[in-house]
Amino acid sequence: MTHELTQQDRDLINLMQEDLPLTSHPFEQAARQLGIEEKDVVDRLLHLRDAGVLTRFGPFFDAEALGGAFCLCAIAVPEERFEEVLTKVNAFEEVAHNYQRDHKLNMWFVLATENQAGIEQTAKAIERDTGLKVLLFPKEQEFFIGFRVKA
Amino acid sequence: MKLDPKDRAIVEATQAGLPLVPNPFKVVADTLGMAEDDLIERFRQLKEQGIVRRIGAAPNHYRLGMTANGMTVWDVDDAVVDSLGEKVGSLPFVTHCYRRPRALPDWPYNLFAMVHGDSRDEVMAKREQVADLLGDAVKARDVLFSTRILKKTGMRLRRKES
Repeated sequence: MTHELTQQDRDLINLMQEDLPLTSHPFEQAARQLGIEEKDVVDRLLHLRDAGVLTRFGPFFDAEALGGAFCLCAIAVPEERFEEVLTKVNAFEEVAHNYQRDHKLNMWFVLATENQAGIEQTAKAIERDTGLKVLLFPKEQEFFIGFRVKA
Repeated sequence: MKLDPKDRAIVEATQAGLPLVPNPFKVVADTLGMAEDDLIERFRQLKEQGIVRRIGAAPNHYRLGMTANGMTVWDVDDAVVDSLGEKVGSLPFVTHCYRRPRALPDWPYNLFAMVHGDSRDEVMAKREQVADLLGDAVKARDVLFSTRILKKTGMRLRRKES
């Protein structure tokens, strides 16, 4: 479902995908640009978050710069076992994102752990819990990360 | 990279997000028993070190009407994958682009480029632009559309035991 968004919502979402200033009142600048009160910015963001239009608000950490590790993983889950396997995989707090995709490899998730060893350990634990092979697709080279989606 | 205990406390306290209030840094600083200025300065340094990429909001693509999300995957000649990857990554509609290892025999693809669009047709049309750019260096290709978000959370550091 597409949430009904006003043009002002769209402008706000676009502004919020920029890096906010590190000041005591980080929404002041956006409020000025939109010609509304700071309080209205905050209220609108709360509404958009509660409506699921925004998934989160806050700092985006680079887990690798923190010494942590990320790895894209995939499993070919038999259709009839999908929900059961999903429950088991999502129970791991190391699973940060998980998507169903229309392919034989139909479950794609990202593991985020504090170190490289954590990736292999978690993948093995998921294989034990599900009885299914976890394919690991670690990033070898990153060409670009675009954060922004035009609202 | 070793984080000092104060920085680590900041990461733990904010990885799920900042409170949506006019002065979020003050609220977090109070929780951690720090001065707001100190917290802001530490965030500034974390950004300088590349540990914080930005502070802002993540939209739900689906709720914005971008209902089609195609992971385009390509088997690209190893000799040119990096130079072509740079070009694919700079296409305006590609949100992520990575070289990853192949998983032979089932998975011959070494270049992944995420393409978002309002429809599958739009994603397929954009995929052709990627194909044009890659040209003869491509030996095989596929596209995997997402059908459901199963989980989407930020990074989670485990709390230290002690």
